[in-house]
Amino acid sequence: MGMTLAEKILAAHASLGKVSPGQLIRVPVDLVLANDITAPIAIREFERIGVGKVFDRNRVVLVADHFVPNKDIKSAEQCKVMRDFARAQQLTHYYDVGTMGIEHALLPEQGLVLPGDLVIGADSHTCTYGALGAFATGMGSTDIAAAMASGQTWLKVPQTIKFVYHGQLQPWVGGKDLILHTIGHIGVDGALYAAMEFSGEAVDALSMAGRFTMANMAIEAGAKAGLFHVDEKTQAYVQPRARREYTVYTSDPDAEYAQVIEMDASQIELQVAFPHLPENTRPLSQVNHVPIDQVVIGSCTNGRLEDLQVAARVLAGHQVHRDVRCIIIPATQAIYLEALRQGLVEAFVEAGAVVSTPTCGPCLGGYMGVLAAGERAIATTNRNFRGRMGHPESEVYLAGPAVAAASAVLGRIGGPQEVL
Amino acid sequence: MKEKHEARSTKHGTRNSKLKTRNSNIKGKVWKYGDNVDTDAIIPARYLNVSTPEELVLHCMEDIDPDFAGAVQSGDIIVGGRNFGCGSSREHAPLAIKGAGVSCVIAKTFARIFYRNAINTGLPILECPAAAEGSETGQTLEIELETGRIHNLDTGQTFQSEPYPEFMMGIIRAGGLIEYTRVGD
Repeated sequence: MGMTLAEKILAAHASLGKVSPGQLIRVPVDLVLANDITAPIAIREFERIGVGKVFDRNRVVLVADHFVPNKDIKSAEQCKVMRDFARAQQLTHYYDVGTMGIEHALLPEQGLVLPGDLVIGADSHTCTYGALGAFATGMGSTDIAAAMASGQTWLKVPQTIKFVYHGQLQPWVGGKDLILHTIGHIGVDGALYAAMEFSGEAVDALSMAGRFTMANMAIEAGAKAGLFHVDEKTQAYVQPRARREYTVYTSDPDAEYAQVIEMDASQIELQVAFPHLPENTRPLSQVNHVPIDQVVIGSCTNGRLEDLQVAARVLAGHQVHRDVRCIIIPATQAIYLEALRQGLVEAFVEAGAVVSTPTCGPCLGGYMGVLAAGERAIATTNRNFRGRMGHPESEVYLAGPAVAAASAVLGRIGGPQEVL
Repeated sequence: MKEKHEARSTKHGTRNSKLKTRNSNIKGKVWKYGDNVDTDAIIPARYLNVSTPEELVLHCMEDIDPDFAGAVQSGDIIVGGRNFGCGSSREHAPLAIKGAGVSCVIAKTFARIFYRNAINTGLPILECPAAAEGSETGQTLEIELETGRIHNLDTGQTFQSEPYPEFMMGIIRAGGLIEYTRVGD
């Protein structure tokens, strides 16, 4: 019996010929990540271990992205803990205001994660890097502290569930719609402890941005990782960025899957997830009149250039509804700059949207778009839990950039066909 | 604790002598919640500009149970449904629960990052669908961590959860991964 893509990456790192689901392994990691929320605890625990130096200053990545530019005094102090540590440890990859971006858009963009890598990060959306054919998973600060010290971690080899998306996507339908539809189908614990492997004609046709979006939300189905195979698009993305060797792994034809779920992607409409779980999905055609107060387009899920291009196609030449605040957040400085060059930022501002510096801010109700009681937002973010974007009595609806941008114009949830 | 053991023993007549010798037994009153209790519910992100248990505990469970933080007693037990601790990887969640004095979390299933975080921070958690079904808010549970047995002292029912693998039990005994790592040294 062969191995899946996830199993092959884990076996290679464990220096084992074969691994099987359920097996506990100790593995060296290629990269360890933390952010301004999770790093302070990791640093506190790291210092208790007492090793002094991180295992490799080129392989510990710290990104200030959640509450920066510092939103208040306490955030400033937390950030300073990370900043001081990064300097003291002489970390090569420390990203602060001016160079930073939302971590899961930034690391692939900077060529820090490559195919075949094993990456752990103190952020649940670390699974995003699976789009590059890497095994990447979120952990907590203490696991990250231990890995910062030793360069290793322990893992239980997950089973793999294979998702096959047949057919061609409808206009405007993208990676966000595929993953929301999938989570709606299997539930928020439908892939608990498992690796999701995405394949099929419809995902082959997706841009890297669309694949990042899908892998990013694997955690919203409870998955440990969400992986794609490397193809020409992956290589075209990775090759100009890579500064070290990498290995491309492929699932064996006789690999064993816990389950294979096949879908006709040509039948999948634009999707909206209703409060308060990402599994509460409905096709847009079944969404009735839902007025909104705020739109957020951005985040590690949908803050990439392609997402902004989709939003601009809808918003350009239109006006944001007078009852709506529309907040657009390019995920990295490079995306921001390119959005400026392509005239996207101009289109957004002319439409009455605001454009923010990269930050996770509103996605987790931190700042830059917090909701009051009774307010309702539609966002391209990843979670719509109770209180996620602010007051516990506020509501978040999840969608892709086309629906979010159209809703900003309409003042209620709607699709791009209604605007254009 | 001893008195309660004996009372339970009279009622059910088993395992009392064993229980008395266990030093990792825990006992407390139940706070019961439903499925998919996410880490934003356990500790909302608006409070993630701090990271000490003392500060976090003030807001533990705030958005789904505003009474919890003020009323929880040392030793109390949280019981959840499926997928407890889903969402963010924030270790602030088990730190807040542990800081509140909660002695154990029992659920039908746990989200995997929360599971690791709880073990790593020395918060005992047990996956046991039957115990989650068979416990209600206000009831008293007694738990033998070494064997994975959960006793509901109000109903007299006993439930069996999967005992921890040895290395995980070691982490819990040591009080967390860092302590375990240092003890290992």
